[in-house]
Amino acid sequence: MYKKLLATFIGLNIATAAYATPSLEEMWTLIQQQQAEIAQLKTELSSTEERITQTEVKTEATFAAVEEVSAGPVAKLADWADKTSVGGYGELHYNNLTSDNSDATKDEMDLHRFVVFFGHQYSEDLRFFSELEVEHSIAGEDQDGEVEIEQAFIEWDYTEDHRAKAGVFLLPVGIINETHEPETFYGVERNSVEKNIIPATWWEGGMMFSGEIAEGFSYDASVHSGLFIDPNDGKSKIRDGRQKVSKAKADDLAYTGRLKYSGTPGLELAATVQYQADVWQGESFAGEEEADATLWELHGVYNNGPFGLRALYAHWDIDDAIESVKTGADEQEGFFIEPSYRLTEKLGFFARYSEWDNQAGDSSDTEKRQYDIGLNYWLNERVVLKADYMQEDAEGDEPELHGFNLGLGWSF
Amino acid sequence: MSLLFGFTLLFASMVFSSAALGKGVYQTVPEFLTEVFSPEEPQQEYLWMTPELKAGTGEIMKHPVRGLRIRYWRLDTKTVWVMEEVGKELPITIGVVVNQDSTKQSSIEQIKILAFLESRGWEVRYPAFTAQYLDVKMTPEKKLDTHIDGITGATLSVRAVTKVATLALFYHQQVMSAQEKPSQSKLSQNKETSPLVKETP
Repeated sequence: MYKKLLATFIGLNIATAAYATPSLEEMWTLIQQQQAEIAQLKTELSSTEERITQTEVKTEATFAAVEEVSAGPVAKLADWADKTSVGGYGELHYNNLTSDNSDATKDEMDLHRFVVFFGHQYSEDLRFFSELEVEHSIAGEDQDGEVEIEQAFIEWDYTEDHRAKAGVFLLPVGIINETHEPETFYGVERNSVEKNIIPATWWEGGMMFSGEIAEGFSYDASVHSGLFIDPNDGKSKIRDGRQKVSKAKADDLAYTGRLKYSGTPGLELAATVQYQADVWQGESFAGEEEADATLWELHGVYNNGPFGLRALYAHWDIDDAIESVKTGADEQEGFFIEPSYRLTEKLGFFARYSEWDNQAGDSSDTEKRQYDIGLNYWLNERVVLKADYMQEDAEGDEPELHGFNLGLGWSF
Repeated sequence: MSLLFGFTLLFASMVFSSAALGKGVYQTVPEFLTEVFSPEEPQQEYLWMTPELKAGTGEIMKHPVRGLRIRYWRLDTKTVWVMEEVGKELPITIGVVVNQDSTKQSSIEQIKILAFLESRGWEVRYPAFTAQYLDVKMTPEKKLDTHIDGITGATLSVRAVTKVATLALFYHQQVMSAQEKPSQSKLSQNKETSPLVKETP
């Protein structure tokens, strides 16, 4: 810049000289002017150099400050926060149900579930995940609710394709047992077949191996705590056997395996088999010492454009010994089929037929049926309003409820 | 006991399975660019995050996006965008190729999952899934014009891929419209100082 100015200046002077030769006085004046300008330029240059030095000092100070911040507690906290995740979901239900064949009614407003997830990623291959749930709003003595830890496990990816988890986890069975955020399924209440037969939501303590064996095919294989269907308490239904990993009797363990295909968009096919070594957990009843049990579960989910279809079948084969508690309880089974149609991005309709029987092992008619029809309206992809009408159909003296349900669900 | 034996056998067969499946880095960015542009070489450019662009980005992603500029690669009307979006907890690296047809309609030419680190939802990387995005365009409401079938249990991964696909179409549209309006855009007048697009040396 300064060189340019000087060159221009000198050039101009030469050009001027070409027109007329200056006198000695003029030359002297010219030299003095040039001297003054050179002095001024030197001052400016010195000032610029000083500013550059100051800038370098400031830059260095900034770097030092950045380094200090990036190594300080704030950065460490940010790093920890980056690796720690918080989420949750909740469901508020209103049930307005009556019965024509009994006095049974259900008129309730219920904060059915309020769930908080906490997770922490120790490294790319090691993580912790947990799910803490409050059911029915208030827990405690003489209250309707419960506080439950449904998941609390460490998961380790020991290869890129396979992982192992240990702790408390949801069992790999059914459609909604592992994925049950309210915006992911139709209906205010979860379907009765998975609730009464599988029985969802179902978690146990133990360890599980999972992974991918071929494109679209994955597996889960687990050893975990088992059910305890206490015969001395008159229990025979599968759902009564959930111990929820709360001082759970573990005289005999259970084994679960699942194979799943999800290689085609919109399609999931899965089969689960589970073996319970003894659902009485060492207790004896009416001269019988144990009752082993095997669960078979098959399901399919298919979505094609706006059309959706879910279907599930589950069957328990329990040792005949359980018949000493309840006739026909050695077989418990059920199925449902649920077509749906998503009219718009926000609005979808469904219908569901469910049938289940907790005493399917004898010839008497003990099955229950349920018809549901309703809609979901998604305010946001993770916030949903639900409404449905349901009708139960039971054999014998069992109450048959019918009426409507309204729900609000969210997750984040 | 026989079931236990069966599980053991199943587990052993899985552990020794040699197929390159599961999570991981499937392709690096340079490999992806070579696959898309070879034998030619694209120019690396940047799209600067003006307030308007930031607003459009937030509308598509449903969350604010950090950063001052978005890097992309371009050859004529074809652009490649490599972006990361979190599925459930960890980022998925997604490469999207967008091109313009003779009617100046922009559509997705290719989409590929370059890296997937989460322990579920990996099905989004299957060609059967990504093929759904081919030739897909963006509507004026900044949505894809085609329904994408999801994967049960991997809803968040599917959403992440769909959002990035939409965003790539949106960014491509910005680059193309800036090019088509030289009189209104600083792009054609001074690429170095354009607030929208800046070429790298």
